[in-house]
Amino acid sequence: MKRMYKLEGRLCGNCAAKIEDKVAKIDGVNKASVNFMTMKFTLDTADEKHADILEESKKIFDVIEPTCTIKA
Amino acid sequence: MDIIDKKKLARIIIALVLFLVAEIIVHLGLTDGQYGLWIQFGLFLVPYLIAGYDVLARAGRGIVHGQIFDENFLMSVATIGAFALVFFPDAEPHMAEGAAVMLFYQVGELFQDYAVGKSRKSIADMMDIAPEFANVMKDGELVQVDPYDVAINDEIVIKPGERVPLDGIIVSGKSQLDTAALTGESVPRVVEEGAEVISGCVNMTGVIHVRVEKPYDQSTVQRILELVEEASERKARTENFITRFARYYTPVVVGMALILAIVPPLLFGQPWSSCVQSALVFLVVSCPCALVISVPLSFFGGIGAASKRGILIKGSSYLETLGSVDTVVFDKTGTLTNGSFNVVAVHAEHDVDPDHLLSYAAHAEAYSDHPIAVSVKESYSGIIDQAQIDHVEERSGQGVSAQINSHTVLVGNDKLMRAEQVPFHNCELVGTVLHIALDGAYIGHIVIADVLKDDAQAAIAGLRNAGVKKTVMLSGDREEVAIAVADRLGIDEVHAQLLPAEKVTCVEQLLSAQNEREKLAFVGDGINDAPVLMRADIGIAMGAMGSDAAIEAADIVLMDDKPSNIATAISIARKTMRIVWQNIIFAIGVKVVIMILALPFIGIATMWLAVFGDVGVACLAILNAMRALRVKG
Repeated sequence: MKRMYKLEGRLCGNCAAKIEDKVAKIDGVNKASVNFMTMKFTLDTADEKHADILEESKKIFDVIEPTCTIKA
Repeated sequence: MDIIDKKKLARIIIALVLFLVAEIIVHLGLTDGQYGLWIQFGLFLVPYLIAGYDVLARAGRGIVHGQIFDENFLMSVATIGAFALVFFPDAEPHMAEGAAVMLFYQVGELFQDYAVGKSRKSIADMMDIAPEFANVMKDGELVQVDPYDVAINDEIVIKPGERVPLDGIIVSGKSQLDTAALTGESVPRVVEEGAEVISGCVNMTGVIHVRVEKPYDQSTVQRILELVEEASERKARTENFITRFARYYTPVVVGMALILAIVPPLLFGQPWSSCVQSALVFLVVSCPCALVISVPLSFFGGIGAASKRGILIKGSSYLETLGSVDTVVFDKTGTLTNGSFNVVAVHAEHDVDPDHLLSYAAHAEAYSDHPIAVSVKESYSGIIDQAQIDHVEERSGQGVSAQINSHTVLVGNDKLMRAEQVPFHNCELVGTVLHIALDGAYIGHIVIADVLKDDAQAAIAGLRNAGVKKTVMLSGDREEVAIAVADRLGIDEVHAQLLPAEKVTCVEQLLSAQNEREKLAFVGDGINDAPVLMRADIGIAMGAMGSDAAIEAADIVLMDDKPSNIATAISIARKTMRIVWQNIIFAIGVKVVIMILALPFIGIATMWLAVFGDVGVACLAILNAMRALRVKG
């Protein structure tokens, strides 16, 4: 399942790359992309795990760039 | 969201004022007493904390979560270090520098936010082509709905000033469409019943009723938006290089700072204070922000600028490759020529009126649907009077004979003339020649050819100006026709009479003839040339408005069919790559120079310089990157 989420707050290119890296390493993620220019987070995962992975991604955002949040 | 965070701005201004007050107090010598140093410490600590408490808080938070190499951490360590130098008895006091570094870091961040926010906004504006609603006819009533909810074959109504929400065919009405948002073309397109309309265009003059052909998520506008947004997923090599570089750069520089602070004093008896100072400078310049923000921003800007001109680039990797293209291969038909036949010359014998010649030809061909016949009829401005035509006889592979106004008219190629024993002469022009004979006497000929596009010549010249070294034309057409076209346009190499499969072989040969750094772009009209489009380093499809197959197969899609846009695309790509490399070299260069100057035995670089090396360079790099967004002309 591939879905796109809007991001809010401050996000720099460095943090975006770090977050992208970490999310991509979660089990069940096919592809993750954090686009700091369009402020969009694209998450492509196995269907049944999507909600869990989204929650986990939110935590990763919180750690690396607490001022940036995923608008669900 | 406001582009500038007003609260933060106010905070920084207050801190700046307090900082200046502190500087004045110190310079007036008011703190020269016994505890002067500690009073100074306090005086500078206040603006420092006001300006930087959030940075310190975030750094603390980062340490808790094990994120130690972020910029907050680095800035905190560097500035706290500057304040801590007060504890080294042999050091000059550096509290002012500590406070100033934090202040300027924050000013820089603010500026950086502003620049990024501004470019985000211009990109958003550029992509503001999505329709917000559609007017659907439901049971004779007009209802405004979300474009997503419109089904195929629904009838929608588009009023003047509204955006076409979905692709479809006009069932009634007539109007002019502004296609500028999709193609960059400023001349409006006139449309009427039966014409195809493309979502994203703006209806200008009349009300049109349209039968929807595609659901919203497959409509042109949606595909364009997806393409541009997903373009950043196909990252350019340079972009990946920067990401990797950033991952190693910060830890390495921090490591060097640590070594610098500890090793020389312990091993070589250097003074602690100057070594720690050098280390602090290293920490300040160790942030790779200038690169990780400006490089993707440049690529995105380049892609955005191109899309504004109706050039869709499917990924920054393609933009990068396009920048180093030096051979452009054209498939003649549909790219350099219109792909439709037109009368290019009417050569009547000296005593014959050219209009009569054309009139006879048009009448004789009146019943034919052959492309040649159609083009003859199109160029004839008079009315075809069918009552005058009699005994039309098609001669397969030769032409046609007919009785017109009880004259025998022959229209056809040289075979027909020979068969009828009419003496004729050939034309110096290249193309398909139609000879015409009236009652057995030769009265002249009409030349029909695939017409060059208006800007074909400009396109080739533009490519040369953009630095393309070689242009090649492939054609399935006859050799002399292809060579004539190539000569007129100034194309370097021609391969004619090619079957579709041979075009692939031809491109493969060209590819193997060039070295690795040289890149080849193939330009086709997207019809039947998907294999070649895929095989080339860069496949460019033209005239792709509404053609899904072309959009699918190509790396770069030109929405309209102007070949001169290829040169524009290459120029945009080259400009973008120039900006990217300028930024990379500038940012790394400045940082390295500052680090060298900061080494203990040189010791010229101060914290002030270091803070310029961080946020100053980042801001300049972002400003430079924003140039990529600008569209010329």
